[in-house]
Amino acid sequence: MRNRLVQALLTLAAWSASSAGLAAEITGAGATFPYPIYAKWADAYKAQTGVGMNYQSIGSGGGIKQIKARTVDFGASDMPLTPEELNKEGLLQFPAIVGGVVPVVNLEGVAPGQLRLTGRVLADIFLGNIKNWNDPALAALNPDIKLPASAITVVRRADGSGTTFVFTDYLSQVSSEWKSRVGEGTSVSWPVGVGGKGNEGVAAYVQRIKGSIGYIEYAYAKKNKMGHTQMQNRAGRVVQPDDESFAAAAANARWDKAPGFYELLTDQPGVNSWPMTGASFILVHKAPSDAAKATAVLAFFDWAFKNGGGMASELDYVAMPAGVVKLIEDAWRTQIKSASGAAVWNR
Amino acid sequence: MGSPSISDALTVTTDEPTAHRNTIKQARQDVLFRRTTQLFAVLVLILLGAIVVSLAMGAAPAFHKFGLQFVVNTQWNPVTEQFGGFVPIFGTLATSAVALLIAIPLSFGIALFLTELCPTSLRTPLGIVIELLAAIPSIIYGMWGLFVFAPLFAEYVQPSLQSTLGTVPLLGSLFQGPPTGIGILTAGIILAFMVIPFIAAVMRDVFEIVPAILKESAYALGSTTWEVVWDVVLPYTKAGVVGGVMLGLGRALGETMAVTFVIGNSYDLSMSLFSPGNSIASSLANEFAEAHSEMHTSALIALGLLLFVITLIVLAAAKLLLLRVARREGERT
Repeated sequence: MRNRLVQALLTLAAWSASSAGLAAEITGAGATFPYPIYAKWADAYKAQTGVGMNYQSIGSGGGIKQIKARTVDFGASDMPLTPEELNKEGLLQFPAIVGGVVPVVNLEGVAPGQLRLTGRVLADIFLGNIKNWNDPALAALNPDIKLPASAITVVRRADGSGTTFVFTDYLSQVSSEWKSRVGEGTSVSWPVGVGGKGNEGVAAYVQRIKGSIGYIEYAYAKKNKMGHTQMQNRAGRVVQPDDESFAAAAANARWDKAPGFYELLTDQPGVNSWPMTGASFILVHKAPSDAAKATAVLAFFDWAFKNGGGMASELDYVAMPAGVVKLIEDAWRTQIKSASGAAVWNR
Repeated sequence: MGSPSISDALTVTTDEPTAHRNTIKQARQDVLFRRTTQLFAVLVLILLGAIVVSLAMGAAPAFHKFGLQFVVNTQWNPVTEQFGGFVPIFGTLATSAVALLIAIPLSFGIALFLTELCPTSLRTPLGIVIELLAAIPSIIYGMWGLFVFAPLFAEYVQPSLQSTLGTVPLLGSLFQGPPTGIGILTAGIILAFMVIPFIAAVMRDVFEIVPAILKESAYALGSTTWEVVWDVVLPYTKAGVVGGVMLGLGRALGETMAVTFVIGNSYDLSMSLFSPGNSIASSLANEFAEAHSEMHTSALIALGLLLFVITLIVLAAAKLLLLRVARREGERT
């Protein structure tokens, strides 16, 4: 009786172990910015292949820490690691999705997409140099809007964020004062303003404080019908944020010339480019401890690159162009090796 | 399982050796029980020690680099890795002070009403309602503060505060800046709502244990209700009252989510209670997950250690205060 029970338990254990091996669950952690699209891809992928992908949007910093500690199969970060840092940690980095950051304002009588800004003016607002909405610099850009004489309340992120990285990286490029006084990073020392936690925190503040301006990820602004602005890009044209202007910025990127895919998409040339565009990156180990898991991760992104474009544009992200996907998969082939030295990706 | 122990009990009176054995057995069980409970108590101490040690180890790089300057430096710059904790320390103390300033008189009033003035039929339901307030999760207070309280506060209360108190010379500087509804004052008020149930419940409980004979004697001598409460009830229960206030203060110092929602999370130092600030707990909640560099993480852990130290100082000060009051007891009468 007892023996039979033990036997049954053992069989059960063996069966569950083997089935776990078959339908492997891949795990990832990191950036919050691409979370909606990764979650959507994961659902579709599970329905099609039976392989689940569990993504925890804990933030880019957390994603980098977790992949370094090998507690997840892949990490995700909105801020690319430098090639030196990648080599030090034995990591491979590739871009997976492109999106945009937009300024949002709460101004009575100003419709979404109506207000026009330049990078310089945006930097001056966030530096505290421009304090009121009827400032001459703003009025000159928007002759058709009657701007109120009220004070500007700046809203920015309180937590570290890839969205902040894209935003501050852009301001550093267009304003030398910003570059020297504040700089760029996932969290910076803000000269003025109040801080909200997460995109939703910034959105909540901007929606509730009259005369406020903040910056959030575009899909978030669109979903909440917030008053995003237009931006003047590097070519001098004033553009609206949408997947086309993000794609125009991404098209300029010279991924083939960027070692470790270290490439920023802010302030790109081109008449249609949205100036605050950013790619979100995936990090995997070059020498994975579990080669089968590593292949499963790459298979997921291979599937997403080939089938996920439609889902991406539904959510206002931009999928990687085919040429870039080829570069990425070449890097997988040549750089990721199992313990025996065999390539982990050979499709 | 029950039967052997009954037979054991029956044999105790008749069988001498068995009785002896039972005493030994019981003595052993006593020792075992004492040791087990002792272990539990020591475990808490070990845990506390481990927390302090790991906090100190994590904070070491920051203290090594910035020294005691860390406590007074107002700069917090993750880009240049210059960190100073003054703004969050100040914010923690300021919001807690505002909270207590509002909560203590209100709680005292609640406890006074419930124990001395309230009709008996209302006493229990009102008491339960106040205790229920303590059961609301802090994030609810935070969301309510941001979505409901802050807009109303900005629209109606802040402008009128500015036009009245804001014009008073020295005091006025506390009420400057654009009325956004977010900042130190709002955080303090939300905290006050959160600590009132704690302080009021403790005050009510200790007021209730005052012997009726003391109060009746005072009434018999012609005291008013206020005199009874102020001169009889309060002196009799001061240890409990201070304990309740400390419980509230402890919660206010460490409160995270609700404060994060409404404090504004800004590292600017300002005299005005209307301007956004930061507290230690909300700095940690905001930045810990995304702290890239080692120094940033270390500076955050150092803030955590300082919060620990602040709480310790507050508790120690409360204990000292009570001791001093107790020692003076004999002198006055």
